[in-house]
Amino acid sequence: MSEEKYYVPEQSALPIFCATAMGVMAFGAASWVIEGGDAKIFLVGLALMTIVMYKWWSLVIEENMQGLASPQLKHSYVLGMLWFIFSEVMFFAAFFGALFYVRVFVNAWIGGEASVVLFDNTPTDAATANNDILWPGYERQWPVMETPDQAVNGEEAIFKGPDKNMSLPLWEYPASQWFSKLYTLLPWLPLWNTVILLSSSVTVHFAHTALKEGNRNVFLRYLGITVMLGFFFLCLQVAEYYEAYVHYGLTLQSGIYGTTFFMLTGFHGAHVTLGTGMLLIQLIRGLKGHFSHEDQFGFEAASWYWHFVDVVWLGLFIVVYIFG
Amino acid sequence: MAHGPAEGITRWLYTTNHKDIGTLYLWFSFAMFLTGGFFAMVIRAELFQPGVQLVQPEFFIQMTTMHGLVMVFGAIMPAFVGLANWMIPMMIGAPDMALPRMNNLSFWILPFAFAILISTLFMEGGGPNFGWTFYAPLSTTYAPDSVNYFIFAVHIMGASSIMGSINIIATVMNMRAPGMTYMKMPLFVWTWLITAFLLVAVMPVLAGAVTMMLMDINFGTSFFNAAGGGDPVLFQHVFWFFGHPEVYIIILPAFGVVSQIIPTFSRKPLFGYSSMVYATAAIAFLSFVVWAHHMFTVGMPIAGELYFMYATMLIAVPTGVKVFNWITTMYRGAITYETPMLFCIAFVILFTFGGFTGLMLSVAAADIQYHDTYFVVAHFHYVMVAGAVFSGTAAVYYWLPKWCGRMYDETMGKVQFWLAFIAFNITFMPQHFLGLAGMPRRYADYGLQFADWNMVSSVGAFLYGGAQILFLYNVVRTIMYGEPVKEAKVWEGAEGLEWLVPTPAPYHTFIRPPVVTSSAAGEDEWSISGATPHVAFKAAPGAG
Repeated sequence: MSEEKYYVPEQSALPIFCATAMGVMAFGAASWVIEGGDAKIFLVGLALMTIVMYKWWSLVIEENMQGLASPQLKHSYVLGMLWFIFSEVMFFAAFFGALFYVRVFVNAWIGGEASVVLFDNTPTDAATANNDILWPGYERQWPVMETPDQAVNGEEAIFKGPDKNMSLPLWEYPASQWFSKLYTLLPWLPLWNTVILLSSSVTVHFAHTALKEGNRNVFLRYLGITVMLGFFFLCLQVAEYYEAYVHYGLTLQSGIYGTTFFMLTGFHGAHVTLGTGMLLIQLIRGLKGHFSHEDQFGFEAASWYWHFVDVVWLGLFIVVYIFG
Repeated sequence: MAHGPAEGITRWLYTTNHKDIGTLYLWFSFAMFLTGGFFAMVIRAELFQPGVQLVQPEFFIQMTTMHGLVMVFGAIMPAFVGLANWMIPMMIGAPDMALPRMNNLSFWILPFAFAILISTLFMEGGGPNFGWTFYAPLSTTYAPDSVNYFIFAVHIMGASSIMGSINIIATVMNMRAPGMTYMKMPLFVWTWLITAFLLVAVMPVLAGAVTMMLMDINFGTSFFNAAGGGDPVLFQHVFWFFGHPEVYIIILPAFGVVSQIIPTFSRKPLFGYSSMVYATAAIAFLSFVVWAHHMFTVGMPIAGELYFMYATMLIAVPTGVKVFNWITTMYRGAITYETPMLFCIAFVILFTFGGFTGLMLSVAAADIQYHDTYFVVAHFHYVMVAGAVFSGTAAVYYWLPKWCGRMYDETMGKVQFWLAFIAFNITFMPQHFLGLAGMPRRYADYGLQFADWNMVSSVGAFLYGGAQILFLYNVVRTIMYGEPVKEAKVWEGAEGLEWLVPTPAPYHTFIRPPVVTSSAAGEDEWSISGATPHVAFKAAPGAG
């Protein structure tokens, strides 16, 4: 390994164009969200970014095909991808942490109750005052169907809770009936999304195994199925959001439940979109014959990302849907 | 691979060379240091006398906000990333950083991010006016429109930091020369490895915090709004989960620099190398579990107050290990007092002082008195300025001869040191007294009883600003007209791979990795092929 030279690329115009695109996108996004703003600048940045990304990845793939990437350089790519995924984990951790804090602590305090019962469950004076003075009438509840705003202001409230939530349908029945009500789970969309996403993790693994064995057709077939499953997932999520907005009264504005629900599932959905895109590109590369049974980093990186997205979904399914 | 740098401006725009990128980072950081320093001068000028003289309170608060943001994200962090770029590949025997093009991208994001951030000062409604910690609802419900530009600027500078740190991690984990085991790495490399880990872990959390702000401001969510069931205090938790590791992100590389320089001028190996590594790791771990000590007055349950108080005090233990080791390294050493060493000794003294005031602040009951006063301002300037900035200055003096092959003016360096040291203490020591007497931070005006010490502090601040101009002059003069240095080992007592390569360091350092052999005494001896006479040194103290 030490005899092979580590490939240090010649100077390149790509990074500074990429930075320019990011700068334009950031400026454009800010001027877009401000009232009366529009998306023009952002779209210019996005277009520039798309070109840069295409060129940059094409270049890396080309270098790889020319054999410039030594095993050591490939290991740098592996480290880069893994630590990138770690940073994504921490991004989701911020939102999961927010949900945890709001559910366990804030909700209790606004409702005038003790949050975590350790020694006795007497609420602190602060919590009691919170409820008595600021939000009288609000009762601790999760999902928050009636916001503190509604408890105080009734119909005048800005933040109105949803009519219906996304939690496990069984919770509406007493425990003794859960077994007989199992059929209510059948039309429960999140369950199907879980099935789809978990299957896609399995199929992407089959694709990987097939690729390592040099079984190109099986690889392409399973990868194709994975991309389709990712696409199905996204379609179902669109259907779910439509349902939420139109029939459940569940929106971004419907208090903290809607906030955490849409931010967590929304960012997850964005990552599924990105992951599906990555896998789709790998599928196209596979069709072009870019991979061999020993050189497949691009595909592996995309598949790690896909597994990560899957694990996040499991967290969401448990915290946001089942115990939501 | 080309042998020398490209001609013209594209050398800097398109570069993939770790030394060029390091230089870009350092100059950018210095430009931001002067910008943030200018904001500080506006603040101190206004506070020279009680009453409102020069700027309106609305603008004053924008100045304190921008001063903090620019100094933390624009000056200190990029300065150490610049040092990492320059030194880490040279210290571990790597040909370059692991991902050179991404390295350049990480740098070039910063000018765009700060152009956006600073441009907010000229926008309608003014720039960010909610303090550098941007607490909700000041930064959401009551913020000017320009907060959206601030949010996206933070997003892209976070992306820059994450890419930069991933690059450093990949470099350290994957690019070490054969034989350069982890426990032989110079301490600067170790501290940066751990810092990079902290950055990858917490910058996404900051991104999360500003995203929540963005949604609350523009899309009607209620993260930080109790009416919808959220909580403004949630912002503080998310922010400080990022913010507390952030202060170690700033100080750990400074520890690394000091751990390189003190052994050199003490002519002794670093005392307790492995305990230094473990202490750094312990500090990094603890930094994740102490965040709410910034929020003692926010109304946490008593159990929370107690936990965060004791956990915070624990940090004094590994930090004490470090201070002990630096002092023990100097003990009975043949010390000479060149400028870098002076800055490092000042670092040890003043940082310890700042650490002790930190310990005072960690006492939850006492903090209720100190909270949001100038005592806090004094505390963190002792660790940020006398800690991070002093060690950064020391690093520049220490490695400048290696970088450009010219020696700085020692007398001017020493003058700068004493000016900076004295001015720093004139500026910030009185702020302890002001804070203990109850002067709150972030106000443009104050009661008459605070007038004397504020005047002293302002005089000190302008002197300190002058010391930085002298620093700039000394560095520029060195690069242009400094006495040429030929020895590979610029400093007599210096050890490490960077002192084996010729001076000035060639554009590409290690075409072939350096070779380590074991001497008769069982010590590691490094040699580089095609280099000047065979020079050997013990790899890292404590490793043998």
